[in-house]
Amino acid sequence: MGGETYTSFLEYKGKYKGLLAWLLSTDHKRIGLMYFYVIAVFFFIAASLGVLMRTELIAPGQTIMGPQMYNGLFTVHGIIMIFIIVIPGLSVIFGNFFLPILIGARDVAFPKLNLFSFYLFLTGALLAVASQFAGQGPPDTGWSFYVPYSVESSTNVIFALTAAFILGFSSILTGINFIVTIHRMRAPGMSFMRMPLFPWSIYATAWIQVLATPIIGITLLMVIAERVFSIGFFDPALGGDPVLFQHLFWIYSHPAVYIMILPAMGVVTEIFPTFSQKPVFGYTAIAVSSLTIAFIGYFVWGHHMFTSGTSYFSRLFFSLLTFLVAVPSAIKVFNWVATLYGGSIDLKPPLLYAVAFIFLFMIGGLTGLIQGALATNIQVHDTSFVVAHFHYIIFGGMGFAAFAGIHYWFPKMFGRMYHIRFANIAWGIIFTGFNLFYFPQLVIGMQGMPRRYFDYLPQFNTGQFISTIGAYIMVTGLVMMLINLMYASRKGAPAPANPWKGVTLEWQIPSPPPLENFDVIPEIKRRPYFFGENEPDKS
Amino acid sequence: MTDHTVHTEHFDKEAGKLGMWIFLFTEMFLFGGLFLVYAVMRAQYSEDFHTAAEELNTFIGTMNTVFLLTSSMTVAMSITAIQRNERRLALFLVSLTLLLAMLFMVDKYFEWSHEFEYGVYPGSDVLKNMPHGELLFFGLYFMMTGLHALHVFVGMILLTINFIRIRKGSINQENFLLLENSGLYWHLVDLIWIFLFPLLYLVS
Amino acid sequence: MKNKESHITGYPTYAYVLIILLALTTISVAATGYHLGAYTVALALLIASIKVATVISYFMHLRSESLFLKVAVSGVFLIFTLVIIITFFDYLFR
Repeated sequence: MGGETYTSFLEYKGKYKGLLAWLLSTDHKRIGLMYFYVIAVFFFIAASLGVLMRTELIAPGQTIMGPQMYNGLFTVHGIIMIFIIVIPGLSVIFGNFFLPILIGARDVAFPKLNLFSFYLFLTGALLAVASQFAGQGPPDTGWSFYVPYSVESSTNVIFALTAAFILGFSSILTGINFIVTIHRMRAPGMSFMRMPLFPWSIYATAWIQVLATPIIGITLLMVIAERVFSIGFFDPALGGDPVLFQHLFWIYSHPAVYIMILPAMGVVTEIFPTFSQKPVFGYTAIAVSSLTIAFIGYFVWGHHMFTSGTSYFSRLFFSLLTFLVAVPSAIKVFNWVATLYGGSIDLKPPLLYAVAFIFLFMIGGLTGLIQGALATNIQVHDTSFVVAHFHYIIFGGMGFAAFAGIHYWFPKMFGRMYHIRFANIAWGIIFTGFNLFYFPQLVIGMQGMPRRYFDYLPQFNTGQFISTIGAYIMVTGLVMMLINLMYASRKGAPAPANPWKGVTLEWQIPSPPPLENFDVIPEIKRRPYFFGENEPDKS
Repeated sequence: MTDHTVHTEHFDKEAGKLGMWIFLFTEMFLFGGLFLVYAVMRAQYSEDFHTAAEELNTFIGTMNTVFLLTSSMTVAMSITAIQRNERRLALFLVSLTLLLAMLFMVDKYFEWSHEFEYGVYPGSDVLKNMPHGELLFFGLYFMMTGLHALHVFVGMILLTINFIRIRKGSINQENFLLLENSGLYWHLVDLIWIFLFPLLYLVS
Repeated sequence: MKNKESHITGYPTYAYVLIILLALTTISVAATGYHLGAYTVALALLIASIKVATVISYFMHLRSESLFLKVAVSGVFLIFTLVIIITFFDYLFR
């Protein structure tokens, strides 16, 4: 295909010119890239806030900021990271860019709605930033907006609540778009069981987005109504029930964890077969476990409330389900490892990130079980153990999967190749820094270091110090990665259509893809991940 | 929805309808959150909820139910009319739906202003001096009916757009997805009310 | 798409459905006159559920929609019911 001339989606000229050609484009690939840029910018903002917090914690006592500032920082760090980056992240970037290509479609089902979601997202994101500067100072409630404090706090809580509401609406519309796209636009012959596994994970994710996000929407509206009209819902002074807020909040926010992690699992599931040149092990198990995780994951919210005074029976129930939801996740891990087993492994940056994903996700998952058990939960609740746990899941899991995905699909998205050795070195630094950063948090959390404190007792100093040094190392690696990718997107060597010898549909079209992806919509005759002619085709 | 879907370049009606249905699911969960709050609070303050609900006007509530149910029928009939290419009838039915929606809103207006007169509005002193359960009931009442009325309002805008489009002929026998989807939305507004009505007006 | 023509519902069907819905409303309102205690709410909710099912299957044409959509609609109601039940695991056993 390399010799033929065609216009890629990057060069395509439509009705509008210059920046408008991007801002008004309904092409799923351009929208995906716009999300990528916005999210990358916000990631570095929120990461800098994290670095500031780490610097504050390098020594006991006040180092560079006071408590109120620190409260504002962790709230905004949380809101940006959770609502702008990890929840939408993978599904809007790679879902938009690759979902249609992977199922052999020319675009998503509702391209205009897709662009509209992007602008809702942008509005919400800017509002979240505005909450920092406007009015009475940054919100200081933490990203979880627990009442009654979020009703009483005099800071800009309403801004932040509205931002989260708008971001949620955008997420719902994207979810609807993807479900319909998967149902209506698969290429001829591509039954559900012939669909690659990234679309499967996006499908499961989209259902959670659609069915869980409205609950947080209405909850945020209720908190706003309580603040503005003093309608009693959650404020005990008005007879309301703060624990009910926690229920409603986690009915969404726990499934939201699966909104983050399912696409991450989908991304690495695409990477393992390609870099071991072997069909994925247990295709059906991986596909079905995505749906199982989505379903069970909807009913485990109460494990965030073990110390909130919920009933014993309820705690027992949620603890049991928490352990159950670990089963399908573990199934996936075993399948990935089995995919690698006996394959001809090519240790390129995408695979390095994917393998690191398994390692970090395992630590995150197993520390999650410690908190899922009722007795140990009391010990570690609200300590930095929890902080380390969810950073292992969210950053080590979703974040590393995002890096894996970027390195995997970069040549397809930009038509250029990054410097592989430089990427490998950056990976090593990020991975080392990450573990130096978060592992001590597990230890000092176990010893009783509370989370969300700007100060601490001297006995935690060693752990906090190592942690801060780890953060600096990790950020160095992140900057290296960024430089490598930014340089490559402009000056990198032109990438071939299929640099990794992948077999899914995105590698059958030129890099970068033409505007409508396919000249002729391919006909699908077998399951995906079919390497070579000699293997038995069981589908 | 068969497993084997053929890609079509042109406009996909089924996709539009499926998207609308899924959107309705999100609406159900939006109100679902409020219903959950209602259930929990009612379980805790059932006596107060009884007393408070007695102060609502069952007659107005029943009238509004009749308006909405009837409007649901007229909008469903308008789709049949457009399918049979009976444009005038379709226009008549859509405007009838709009009229019923307006009656609903007028009713609602009188109901609310009546309550406001007695000092029953969110954050009022009368409300704050009530027992907690009654305060919560009225809070929920205003939130639920308010959000519902907002949906009625959006539905009315949609119906108006449909009316104009049918007149212009861009909604016709061949292409009436917008009318169908607006109809679905309108039925949802009705569905929510079917649950709101007994929970708010009939628990006394 | 042409075979969809056969799915046109006649006006009388809608009229009958409305009569049923109005009748159910009347029963529901009338039942509040009797003091059934805890059963009042149960009855009201039961009637409301029948009404909702009727609206969904006739006015919203779920009858003639795909199996997938039928399953999805039931699934949505099922999940919501489960959410309520599971929340009450907390409130009932405190």
